[in-house]
Amino acid sequence: MTGTFHSGGSAPRTEKTAGERGGPPARPTGGRGRPFARGGGAGGREIHHLGLVAALVLLSAVGLVTEPGNFATSGNVVGILALAATIGVITVGQTFVIIGGGIDLSVGSVMALASVWATTVATQSYGPAVMALCAVLVGTGAGVVTGLLISYGRLVPFIATLAMLVAARGLAQRMSDRRTQLVRPENDAIEALSTTKLLGLPLVVYIFAAVAAAGWLLLNRTTFGRRTFAVGGNPEAARLAGIDVRRHTLTLYALSGFCCGVAALIIMARTTTGSSTHGDLYELDAIAAVIIGGTLLTGGRGTIAGSILGVLVFTLITNLFILNGLQTSDQLIAKGAIIVIAVLLQRRGLRSPT
Amino acid sequence: MRDQSPRPTRRGVLFGGAVVAAGSLAAACTSNSAKDDPSPAAQAGSLGGDNDKPGKQVTIGFSAPAADHGWIAAIAKNAEGQAKKYKDVTFKPVEPTNDINQQISAVESLIRAKVDVLVILPNDGEQLNQVARKAMDAGIPVVNLDRVFPDKLSYRTWVGGDNYGMGVSAGHYIGKKLKGKGASNPVIVEIQGIATLPLTQDRSKGFADALKSYGYTVTAKQDAKFTVESGNQVASNLLQAHKKIDALWNHDDDQGVGVLAAIKQSGRKEFFMVGGAGSANAMREIKTGGGVLEATVTYPPTMAASAIKLGRLIAQGKGMADLVELQVPQSITLASETVFKDNVDTYMPLGFES
Repeated sequence: MTGTFHSGGSAPRTEKTAGERGGPPARPTGGRGRPFARGGGAGGREIHHLGLVAALVLLSAVGLVTEPGNFATSGNVVGILALAATIGVITVGQTFVIIGGGIDLSVGSVMALASVWATTVATQSYGPAVMALCAVLVGTGAGVVTGLLISYGRLVPFIATLAMLVAARGLAQRMSDRRTQLVRPENDAIEALSTTKLLGLPLVVYIFAAVAAAGWLLLNRTTFGRRTFAVGGNPEAARLAGIDVRRHTLTLYALSGFCCGVAALIIMARTTTGSSTHGDLYELDAIAAVIIGGTLLTGGRGTIAGSILGVLVFTLITNLFILNGLQTSDQLIAKGAIIVIAVLLQRRGLRSPT
Repeated sequence: MRDQSPRPTRRGVLFGGAVVAAGSLAAACTSNSAKDDPSPAAQAGSLGGDNDKPGKQVTIGFSAPAADHGWIAAIAKNAEGQAKKYKDVTFKPVEPTNDINQQISAVESLIRAKVDVLVILPNDGEQLNQVARKAMDAGIPVVNLDRVFPDKLSYRTWVGGDNYGMGVSAGHYIGKKLKGKGASNPVIVEIQGIATLPLTQDRSKGFADALKSYGYTVTAKQDAKFTVESGNQVASNLLQAHKKIDALWNHDDDQGVGVLAAIKQSGRKEFFMVGGAGSANAMREIKTGGGVLEATVTYPPTMAASAIKLGRLIAQGKGMADLVELQVPQSITLASETVFKDNVDTYMPLGFES
């Protein structure tokens, strides 16, 4: 991807605005040649979402049959949403990165780092507002660093974020001395995000909803969103269309880092701790959710709603397994199977219309 | 060869380990403010009998898993603290790691360095068995700490906690209390550590066996990963799964921080909870009272300090003061005690910070 930054010379110049409007730019040689498509295009997106909704309905039906007195209670639904919040927020950022043609493997570690940084004693003595700000700034900062490595350092996203995955975890361990850092009782405003309820839902669920809504708006209703599809679909064409691809890529990783910072705040609220062990393997959960949500791993196409549905499917599976007293190992098998099925269905959905 | 004959004298009996232990408890009880001292057991050193007098110079090699967990962190601190008490001991720790492959090469490097005795807490007893055997064959006695090697030729002495006994202690506390209330068919929930480890299976077996003597069974069990975050997630789901719980046993106080946060956020108070390992955090919670956490069963990290002491004695060819034997015994299993409101002050100094 980064290789296409330098002008190939063979591609004809296109007017600046053509690309942004979604008009078909001249196909550059060697590019992936997909026009700037938004979402799944031609109804494919809706069909895919319906498939996920059907999966949710099916899983809910299993829940209703196996745990009739328990599954459909408001308490359980709230519980599922609160559990989905952490990974959900991360997944929103991840969706942007993947649509933009990249991948972010560092999300779990960056979340851990942000939680540890925010709970260091020095920060705790300044109170919850400073802690919250700290979590978000550290997350964004880590995202900016990865973004710089990718866009200006010309590292492949896989490598740059892999480096961040390892390094951020190490830094988190070093800062916390590998200990679990409790949020001090006097900073209970952090925990209140989990305990305070508004219309029956804890505040962390509203944070999740707000991030998801903001993500949807940003992706579907702004120039920034259109450019994200453009950059992911065909970076060379995007560049020719006048988009500053490097700066845009940098912003996408910063956005993902920001989401990790928000997720760190949620995990701090839920567990009342910051720890270098937080977010272990979250990168895989987030990427899996994005993929079963219908976003192409090669970039250029995807939706926030799909990713959120993907997260809910996973959370629902965990919930169902625990309600029925089944073990973690079986859950993992089920998750693996769901990823494969979703991608197989997605491929068929892609092939048939064209 | 021996500098001091390890004759079992009356003085030895009088001033042996029991005195040491009692002394340490007394000292610890009166010095609750001595927060900086990492290991209360280390305070005992100066009170000992003959054995603590300087003897032959020995080098003790030490290898343990990475300290990303309060208990393991306390193990490393206890070992180091104890080794520093002796002028005749050179302490040679290798970099802690969770990678079995790395731990094997670390132990191999200690064998090559020809240390006088090895103290090893393996990540997995089965998988490190061969390298421990290699050390023994090379004439280096191995003190096996906690996770046991399957092959008795692989270690000179084993020191560790009683995992089965932890389950039994927790089972008795819960069984007795529920029986006292006249509960029939109570809902008893168990949150395990890493389900694949033999130590977890032993704990669960002890728990089930003890409950059986009261006519009770475990209603549901789920495994977490010894981390705060997984403890939180599993507890949230289990609370959903069971509308009414009578008692809950959580195997590990570190993951217990997350479990307690989940319980607090759910607002549930109808049951009581027993923890495991004995962290300072859990003990403070028990002392304060009013919450669901009523007790914890010990699995003291001071065993590392004991292992260093024993390793030194083995290398110096001495026996243990309170035993009439000329040499250190082959195996020592610590007792798992129940800490609750009435005795929490006694045990508080043994609590480790998570």
